[in-house]
Amino acid sequence: MSGKTLYDKIWDAHVVHADDDGTSLLYIDRHLVHEVTSPQAFEGLRLANRQVRAPQRTIAVPDHNVPTTLGRENPDQMPEDSRIQVEALDKNARDFGVNYYPVSDIRQGIVHIVGPENGWTLPGMTVVCGDSHTATHGAFGALAHGIGTSEVEHVLATQTLIQSKSKNMKVEITGSLAPGVTAKDVVLTIIGHTGTAGGTGYVIEYCGDAIRELSMEGRMTICNMAIEGGARAGLIAPDEKTFDYVKGRTHAPKGAQWEAALAWWKTLHSDEDAYWDKVVTIRGEDIAPTVTWGTSPEDALPITAKVPAAEDFSGGKVEAAKRALTYMDLTPGTPLDEIEIDTVFIGSCTNGRIEDLRAAAEVLKGRKVKDGIRAMIVPGSGLVRAQAEEEGLADIFTEAGFEWRLAGCSMCLAMNPDQLAPGERCAATSNRNFEGRQGRGGRTHLMSPAMAAAAAVTGRLTDVRELMTENEPA
Amino acid sequence: MEKFEKLTGVAAPMPLVNIDTDMIIPKQFLKTIKRTGLGVHAFDEMRYDDDGNEVPDFVLNKPQYRDAQILVAGANFGCGSSREHAPWALADFGIRAIISTSFADIFYNNCFKNGLLPIALPQEAVDVLMKDAEKGSNARMTVDLENQVVTTSDGEAFSFEIDAFKKHCLMEGLDDIGLTMEKVTAIDSFEADAAQARPWV
Ligand code: SF4
Repeated sequence: MSGKTLYDKIWDAHVVHADDDGTSLLYIDRHLVHEVTSPQAFEGLRLANRQVRAPQRTIAVPDHNVPTTLGRENPDQMPEDSRIQVEALDKNARDFGVNYYPVSDIRQGIVHIVGPENGWTLPGMTVVCGDSHTATHGAFGALAHGIGTSEVEHVLATQTLIQSKSKNMKVEITGSLAPGVTAKDVVLTIIGHTGTAGGTGYVIEYCGDAIRELSMEGRMTICNMAIEGGARAGLIAPDEKTFDYVKGRTHAPKGAQWEAALAWWKTLHSDEDAYWDKVVTIRGEDIAPTVTWGTSPEDALPITAKVPAAEDFSGGKVEAAKRALTYMDLTPGTPLDEIEIDTVFIGSCTNGRIEDLRAAAEVLKGRKVKDGIRAMIVPGSGLVRAQAEEEGLADIFTEAGFEWRLAGCSMCLAMNPDQLAPGERCAATSNRNFEGRQGRGGRTHLMSPAMAAAAAVTGRLTDVRELMTENEPA
Repeated sequence: MEKFEKLTGVAAPMPLVNIDTDMIIPKQFLKTIKRTGLGVHAFDEMRYDDDGNEVPDFVLNKPQYRDAQILVAGANFGCGSSREHAPWALADFGIRAIISTSFADIFYNNCFKNGLLPIALPQEAVDVLMKDAEKGSNARMTVDLENQVVTTSDGEAFSFEIDAFKKHCLMEGLDDIGLTMEKVTAIDSFEADAAQARPWV
């Protein structure tokens, strides 16, 4: 019999009950809740007269709808329907007694940034949230995935989820990354390679030297977009970096419990002889700074490439590419770095952490946003915002001409007033370039924070390495 | 939940691949705190123009497809966000079954919680069904969950796979939470054991 993968190990530790056909009841260690996908679930509990089974394992925070402009405590800043959702979360969190970070709390932020930051997310856990980017928490070696609202209600009521097991896929990034290449470029390259359905039916474990070299922030960026590759979850085995990150955080274990936890966490890696249903290997050295040109995250190419033609594809993708080219208003053969943009958005659960802001600041230091470009930075949480201010990054951003916002999802999905107008083109560090994602008719190019900062300076999609050479001391 | 047994109805062809949840129900309609009433907004940005008028070319606006109960769609249907508003909107519109070569994982699971049946079939089968759907409202397709068969208007039949538990719940219209609540003793004892083994959690 072959050994176990990391996924197998976490799964096995959480099975409450398994049916003969493999359908299992899985115990959930952490349940994160936000205002958009939870109201109907809480309503369901009330209607059935049910309680939240484990309020101490449940963490609620408003993020999708909240304004990110100063003075947002004033409810008039929100359109009525958003306000109703945020108020519903407030009431539900208090009525059911779950952990809660309201808008006024400095720990408020995007749910996937809040979890790790406060030590709620730990290795070996099962973590769910009514949000597809829950995969982010997999960076800690936690089995984390998005669920629908009916499942949110199921977890609230029973602290379990009915699941059938996915297959195991290994994505290995060998070697090391070239200068200017970041976690975002890695994950866009992976999705460009496997397609948005390449991971369907799988849980992906990311491994290889290039992944080991990444910081926890970078690993979160990778796992965040596992869902864009179709996978149920993404995982990275915990190591010293993980333990260092977790240690001392508010809800992380302390003292003897820390030692006990650490002993178990150190067993959380795939065995040498584990069986993989699918393996993808990419050389780290082959990855370039990457951007998307189309309306699917799989439409990713190195910044040095040109806009493709629909005929370059096959099958159903030909029509999709045609539609994407029209929607994005792009002509095949145009060099990607000649595409002019008018908006820059740095933030989201993919790239709204401190390291992302540092990377953007490094490019922006002593430079200015090009005239006529709207540029905003939205930190992923109040704590990230405070740290960025302490490190002087906020000053760099405002001096460069960026708006420096309060924490939330903001223009990642444009449920709050931060939106693109029809036809506007945005360099964004978020995770989805779908039609209308950032505002009806808006056009999104996905990239890393450093690349987005470079685009802000030049007004077009830009190979950040150009600006890095200029930066080198004489 | 409404039971799903057997359905004969009009199928609308949507050959586009990667139809994502933002297309199925754009974010401006996620601000509801209810599950119902989203049908008029299904596929909003493809279905209506900037002034809110129907786009005549969009398949579900065409007279022959306005009452479609089945969608035949391109690969990777329902990719993107976890929003259950997507199946809510489809169900509210009147869709009961979706046929494609593949579905995104979360969307697929969400369908079953809302009486919707997603059917994954090989490309060749979907091609035939797509052609059949293109014939319009005179061609009525049949989806038989009990026997796991889709039949075209010409009588060509394709069997599909489905998880036995999901099938059972859909056919009986069962509520998962109620079923799980019956296992409360198992959950209690798991919690007790886990508190010993991993007290820090
Ligand atoms: S930042 Fe974007 S992707 Fe992340 S949780 Fe918010 S809306 Fe979803």
